[in-house]
Amino acid sequence: MTNAILAEGLVKRFGQTTALNGVDLAVRQGTVLGLLGPNGAGKTTAVRILATLLRPDAGRATVGGLDVVRDAHRVRGLIGLTGQYASVDESLTGSENLRLIGRLHGFDRGAAKARAAELLRDFRLEDAADRAAKTYSGGMRRRLDLAASLVARPQLLFLDEPTTGLDPRARADVWDIARELVASGVSVLLTTQYLDEADQLADEIVVIDHGRVIAGGTPDELKRQTGAQTLAVRPALESDVDKVRAVVAELAASPELAGGVVTAQVTDPTVLPVVVRRLDDAGVAIAELALRTSTLDEVFLALTGHRAEQEEEIRA
Amino acid sequence: MTTLSAAAPRVRPLAGVGQSLSLAWRGLVQIRHNPMELGDLSFQPIMFVLLFTYLFGGAISGDPQAYLPFMLPGIIVQSGLMATMNTGMGLSIDLHKGFFDRLQSLPIARWAPLAGRVISDTVKQGWSMFILLATGYAIGFRATQGVLGILGAFGLMLAFALLVSWFAVFIGTIAKEPEQVMMYGFTAIFPLSFLSNAYVPTHTLPWWLQAFVKINPVTQLSDAMRGLLTGGPVLDHALYGLLGGLVFAVIFAPLALVRLKRR
Ligand SMILES: Nc1ncnc2c1ncn2[C@@H]1O[C@H](COP(=O)(O)OP(=O)(O)OP(=O)(O)O)[C@@H](O)[C@H]1O
Ligand SMILES: [Mg+2]
Repeated sequence: MTNAILAEGLVKRFGQTTALNGVDLAVRQGTVLGLLGPNGAGKTTAVRILATLLRPDAGRATVGGLDVVRDAHRVRGLIGLTGQYASVDESLTGSENLRLIGRLHGFDRGAAKARAAELLRDFRLEDAADRAAKTYSGGMRRRLDLAASLVARPQLLFLDEPTTGLDPRARADVWDIARELVASGVSVLLTTQYLDEADQLADEIVVIDHGRVIAGGTPDELKRQTGAQTLAVRPALESDVDKVRAVVAELAASPELAGGVVTAQVTDPTVLPVVVRRLDDAGVAIAELALRTSTLDEVFLALTGHRAEQEEEIRA
Repeated sequence: MTTLSAAAPRVRPLAGVGQSLSLAWRGLVQIRHNPMELGDLSFQPIMFVLLFTYLFGGAISGDPQAYLPFMLPGIIVQSGLMATMNTGMGLSIDLHKGFFDRLQSLPIARWAPLAGRVISDTVKQGWSMFILLATGYAIGFRATQGVLGILGAFGLMLAFALLVSWFAVFIGTIAKEPEQVMMYGFTAIFPLSFLSNAYVPTHTLPWWLQAFVKINPVTQLSDAMRGLLTGGPVLDHALYGLLGGLVFAVIFAPLALVRLKRR
């Protein structure tokens, strides 16, 4: 068995809203699949179906070879879930939270306590172990949440937007934890709206928008698939940007201007010398000129025609 | 494959009981970190007994000591009814914070989270009732029907609360945010608990109000409670009161369970 998770044609409707409209997914054993999409794309809905919290209206899915509807109970024994909103009991201490989860997994009192202590150490929460979780910072709460989903050492982990709302340091922490888990053989389904996060962690990426898969592949394949390399030019004089934009427009479609840099998607690397020559002819001094692989942000734009919406919902 | 899931293992009932107890432990150990809740459970009952006895006792019964035996059984029913809303509030918080999802993703009995919550809330109910009685005793209340009467009073109250808490659970599943639970709950439960003979004798009320007060299960339950603690008829009142609670359960349990399944 090489697929830790396999989903085919998942459909889920909520009243008038079609949250998932025929989604196929496969997470290979021991790898990270990044499920990438903007707000409302259907990421959480997909995770909740695979974690047995929702029944799909159509389609089927297996986790660890077990059907998520018919064999839901056994699936629950295999998985760890870190939901979108750090879901710990805020009025319990860190240690109590972990012991409770241990007990619910069938550990006896001693084993639950030992496992809690071990996780608190691994996640640098020892000093806060006996404080109520409501006094934790966002990053600490996330770490506790991750620890809670690892109590029973699952081989399959769902991470739903694990770093949304965290500062860069706390984000890097979560990334390190995820990398270590994968190194120890855990398969991960990661959802994110951060394109660099998928690029950093995922072996493969599936891009969804409005409940449909719109692209998939390794991060590199995805970048190549959209044909996109990005040409970036910064003139030495800010006043020259319009001239630069005019020159670039002759060679590539719809150049964009941001922060004094003109960027455009190009498919043919030989444009580079041409750009240099024409800018020279136009008498523009260049401060910066680069041809680089597109970021996933740009990929998303190329795929959907709109940018990934990054606005964060304000939810407690 | 279309075969039924008869072969798929489920949680053994005994394991489910253990899981419920772990979750009940969670509900109780919380109190340690939440002094507010301790206040709700202990100081509020003391305050209410003292307040009602000395503030209204003279006006209603001519003398606080005469009012106490009438009022204390009533306040037990009324605060028990109010406290059921805590069940809905706690559930709503779990639903909104995602903790309910976490529990549902664990290999535990589907009913354990609800059962655990109800067990811990029942213990808290029992504690509050104990405080009400103890406060009453401190200022002169005496139960005349012996230990059996007191045990019966606890049993009746907790059974009634258990039935009504299905209403609270339902409110917990429909509230858009936890604060709304208290709002909805009080809107429904305030009239029910005050338009009764919990605090005032029925015959002092206008006829149209008497009509409602007489059929209110809270009235019947208060009378049953009076019977159990200080003497008087019990059985008919108790059965009527429990029937009222049963109506709540029969209507709201299925609605609540459907809401929980279809999230
Ligand atoms: N329980 C529900 N009831 C009604 N509509 C829902 C429910 N859950 C999700 N939806 C709707 O389904 C769509 C997909 O939601 P989902 O939460 O899966 O998106 P998402 O990709 O996780 O978004 P986000 O990045 O904001 O977390 C949205 O339009 C959402 O409003
Ligand atoms: Mg989501």
